[in-house]
Amino acid sequence: MLDCRSPPHSNTASLPQRGDQGFPSAAAAGPAPPLRATMQFLLLFSRQGKLGLQKWYVPLTDKEKKKITRELVQTVLAGKPKMCSFREWHDLKIVYKRYAGLYFCCAIEDQDNELIALEIIHRYYFGSVCELDIIFNFEKAYFILDEFLLGGEVQETSKKSVLKAIEQADLLQEKTENMYHSRVHWGVRAY
Amino acid sequence: MVAPSLKLQDLIEEIRGAKTQAQEREVIQKECAHIRASFRDGDPLHRHRQLAKLLYVHMLGYPAHFGQMECLKLIASPRFTDKRVGYLGAMLLLDERQDAHLLITNSIKNDLSQGIQPVQGLALCTLSTMGSAEMCQDLATEVEKLLLQPSPYVRKKAILTAVHIIRKVPELSNIFLPSCAQLLHERHHGVLLGTITLITELCERSPAALRHFRKVVPQLVKILRTLVTTGYSTEHSISGVSDPFLQVQILRLLRILGRNHEESSEAMNDLLAQVATNTDTSRNAGNAVLFETVLTIMDIHSAAGLRVLAVNILGRFLLNSDKNIRYVALMSLLRLVQSDHSAVQRHRPTVVDCLKETDASLSRRALELSLALVNSSNVRAMTRELQAFLESCPIDLRADCASGILLAAERFAPTKRWHMDTILHVLITAGTYVRDDAVANLTQLIAGAQELHAYSVRRLYSALAEDISQQPLVQVAAWCIGEYGDLLLEGNCEETEPLQVEEEEVLALLEKVLQSHMSLPATRGYALTALMKLSTRLRGNNKRIRQVVSIYGSCLDVELQQRAVEYNTLFRKYDHMRAAILEKMPLVERGGPQVGEEAKESKEAAKLSEAAPVPTEPQASKLLDLLDLLDGPSEDAQHPLPLDPSPGGALVQLLDLPCAPPAPAPIPTLKVFEREGVQLNLSFIRPPGTPALLLITVTVTNSSGGDVTHFICQAAVPKSFQLQLQAPSGDTVPAWGGLPITQLFRILNPNKAPLRLKLRLTYNHFGQPVQEIFEVNNVPVETWQ
Repeated sequence: MLDCRSPPHSNTASLPQRGDQGFPSAAAAGPAPPLRATMQFLLLFSRQGKLGLQKWYVPLTDKEKKKITRELVQTVLAGKPKMCSFREWHDLKIVYKRYAGLYFCCAIEDQDNELIALEIIHRYYFGSVCELDIIFNFEKAYFILDEFLLGGEVQETSKKSVLKAIEQADLLQEKTENMYHSRVHWGVRAY
Repeated sequence: MVAPSLKLQDLIEEIRGAKTQAQEREVIQKECAHIRASFRDGDPLHRHRQLAKLLYVHMLGYPAHFGQMECLKLIASPRFTDKRVGYLGAMLLLDERQDAHLLITNSIKNDLSQGIQPVQGLALCTLSTMGSAEMCQDLATEVEKLLLQPSPYVRKKAILTAVHIIRKVPELSNIFLPSCAQLLHERHHGVLLGTITLITELCERSPAALRHFRKVVPQLVKILRTLVTTGYSTEHSISGVSDPFLQVQILRLLRILGRNHEESSEAMNDLLAQVATNTDTSRNAGNAVLFETVLTIMDIHSAAGLRVLAVNILGRFLLNSDKNIRYVALMSLLRLVQSDHSAVQRHRPTVVDCLKETDASLSRRALELSLALVNSSNVRAMTRELQAFLESCPIDLRADCASGILLAAERFAPTKRWHMDTILHVLITAGTYVRDDAVANLTQLIAGAQELHAYSVRRLYSALAEDISQQPLVQVAAWCIGEYGDLLLEGNCEETEPLQVEEEEVLALLEKVLQSHMSLPATRGYALTALMKLSTRLRGNNKRIRQVVSIYGSCLDVELQQRAVEYNTLFRKYDHMRAAILEKMPLVERGGPQVGEEAKESKEAAKLSEAAPVPTEPQASKLLDLLDLLDGPSEDAQHPLPLDPSPGGALVQLLDLPCAPPAPAPIPTLKVFEREGVQLNLSFIRPPGTPALLLITVTVTNSSGGDVTHFICQAAVPKSFQLQLQAPSGDTVPAWGGLPITQLFRILNPNKAPLRLKLRLTYNHFGQPVQEIFEVNNVPVETWQ
C-alpha cells in the first residue's frame, strides 16, 4: 500500500542490464510467442506528407490507421537526411527509405531482421514500380505489391516472375474488355 | 445538365492541380456525387471505373464507405476487370469489423475453384489480407486443395494464405501440416519460400509440430547449402547473393528448430560457419543474410568458436560505412554483452569510436554498450572516453551518460582520489543532469576518506568559485566547505596548487550562493548550514556570520527561516554548546566492502541506512531535532520529492529494484486501524548494519466517500526506546482512494526489548472530528529481535 512511485526527476538509470533481453544461450523452455506477420504494414508518402499507397496486414479501424499514419509520417519526416533507416516505435520497428520524392515506410516486429526489410523495400521500388506509377497508376502499384508480398510475407523473389504475372493479368483484362466491347456497342460515355 | 464525371486520369490531374485543401475537397466532393449517382443507377459495365476513382479518393484520406457494396458486386461479376478492382476495393474498404465482409466468402469460394490463375490469385490475396476468422474457417479446405495443384503460381499463394489462416484460427493447423513435407521438395523459389514460412508458423504455434519438423533440419541444411554454393542465378540474386530472402527465411526456421536442441544445433553448425564466411558483404543483401546467420548462431547451441565468429562479424559490422549496419551491430552486441562478455570486450575500441556517431540513435546505443563494457581493468581509459563524450554529447543523453559514469566509478574506482576526481568532473560538466543521490554519494565518499579532506575542499572551493550554477556541485561544495573550512584556510596541500584563501573570501562565496537566484532552496539550506559550521572553524570573529543568520530569520522560505532562527538561538542562548553541536560529522556507516556484484547489493543496503542516519549519541530531543538539520545531505527532507515526500517510500522503491535482492527478509505489513474506510498500515524495515534501528512507515488510506482532513498521528513508546517522528507527507487523504499520507517513524531499540507502540490519531472525517487512541499489540517479532 505504500506509494511506490518514483520522484519525477530522479533518474533511475543503472548500468544497462540487457541480460534479460539477451539471446538465451540456455533458453527458456516452451514455445516462443507466435509470430505476427513479417510485415505489419507498408506506407508510401511524399515529402509533403501526402499519403499514397497503404497496405495493412493487420486488422485496424480506420481511426487507428489514421492515427498511426499521422504519427509515423511526422516521425519519419522529422528525421535528418543522414540518419539511419530504423526507428523504434511503440513495440515495432519502422524501416524506411526515401527514393526521390517518396518515402517507403514499413513496420516489422522488434526482433526481426531490419536489413532484409530494407531489401524488401528496395526490391519493390526498383524491381517493379516507379514514382510516376505510384501516383498515376495506383492500382498497378497495388497489383505489383500483391505479387511480391502476400499476407505480410515475401511471396516471390524473382523480379521476372512478378512482372510476368502482371503481364498475364493485364492480358486477361484486355481480353475480357475486348470481348465486352465487341458485344456491347452502345454509345460510349466517357467516364 | 450535370457536368460529366471525369476519367480517373483526369481526376488525378485535377486533384493534383488544386492549389488549396479547400479546392481539392471541392473537386472530390463533386466527383463523389457523380460516383454515388452512378452506383445507384449507372451502367454496370463502367462500375469498375467508378470504384477505381473512389479508391483513389480514399487513398487521399476521404470517406469511401459507400463503395463497399459495389466491391461485392464487382467481385461477383464474371469479368476479370471487375474482379480486379473489386478485390482491390475489398482489401482497402472492407475489414472484419463490418458484417458485409462475410458476403464475399462465397465469391471467393467460387473463384478459388474456377481454375483461372489470375482470378485464383486475386481471391487468395484478398483472403490472406483481410480474411477474418470466420472466412478462414469457411474457406480452409478450398485453400488446402490448392496446395498441391500443378501451378506454382497458385500454389505459392495458397501456402501463404494457409499461413494467414493458421494465424487467425490456430486449430486449423492440422489441415496444412501434412502437405509440408512434400512441398519442401519444391524447386520453385516462391513455393519453397512459402513452405518454409508455413513450417515456421506451425512450429512457433505448437511444440508438437516443432518436434515433428526437427527431422527436416538436414533437408533444410542441404537446400541452404545448395543456394549458397551453386552461385548465381540472375533471376533470384541480389548483388551476388543468391535469393537472400529465401536464405534468411531458412536461417530463421533453423534457428527455431535448433533452439534448445543439441542434436539439431550440431547438424547446422558447419553450414552456419560456411554461410558466415562465404557471404559477400559488399552490399546490404549479403549483410542481411550475414546478420540473420549471426542471430541464429547466438540463439542455438552453437560451438564456442562459432559464437566468437558471430561476435566478430558484428564487430566488423561496426566498421562498416553503412550506418544501418552499424546500428544493427550495436543493437545485437547490446543483447550479447552479458552472455558473451569477453567476446564483445575485444571490440571495445570500435564501440567507443561509435560514441562519435552523429545519429543520436546510434550514439545512444554506443553509450549503453560502452557502459556495459567497463570493468576494473579498463575503467580509467573508459572513463576518460566517456567524460570526453559527456562534454559534447546531445542533451538527451547527458543524464544517462552522467549516471553511467558515476555508477562505473563507484563499482570500479581504483583509488578514492580518482573516484573523487571523476565525480567532481561529472558534476562540473553535467551537474544538472545527475541523479539525486550523487550529492549524497559524493559527500559520503569524501567524509569517509580522511586523507582526502584537504584535497577535496580545495578542489571544490575552486570549482565553486568558478561556477555557482550547477546545483549538485554547489551543494557538495557548500557542505565540504562547511565541514572542512579549517583545512581550506591552512594553505598546504601537496596535491593541489597552493591556494591562498582568506576567510572573508570564503564567507563571501557562501553568501553569494545564498543570495543567488540560481540556487535551489535545498542549496541555500546547505549554504546557510555551512556558514554556521564555519563559525566554529574559522578564527575570525563571527560578526558577519551572525548577521547573515539573523537576516535569514525573516526569510520567506520556511525551511531557511527555521534554520536561521534555530542557528540564531544557538548563538544567543546556547553558545556554550555551539562548538559541540557543530563538530565534524561522524561517518554514516555503509554496508560491507565494495566488490563487484556484492557491491551492488551492499550499495542498496547502504542507501537504506544512509537515508536514515543514526545519531551515535543519545541526546535530548530538542538537540536531536537540531542534529537532524545538521545531518545535511543524508536528510531526505532537503530534496524536494513532490510525489514521494516520505523517505519510507524511497526506501521501498529501492527495495523494489530488480537487481537488489531484499537483504533482510521483508517483515509483513501490519494493519493496525480501520474505521469507516480509513485505514492505517504499518510497514517495517530493519536496515542491515544497524540492528538497533527500526523504521516504521505509517500509511493512511481512505476508501470511503468522504475526505480525511487535519490528520495528525502521534506515537509513544516505552522508556528504553527512542522515537523520532518525521514530518508526515501531508494532513489530508482524499476520498475514494486518494493519495495516502505517509509518515516515517525512527525507533532505536538498543536493548532489543519487545516493541510496544501506542498511537493517537486525530482527524476530521465526514465533517466530524475523530480521535482514536490505541496500542499496537501484535507487532511481528522480527521488528525487535
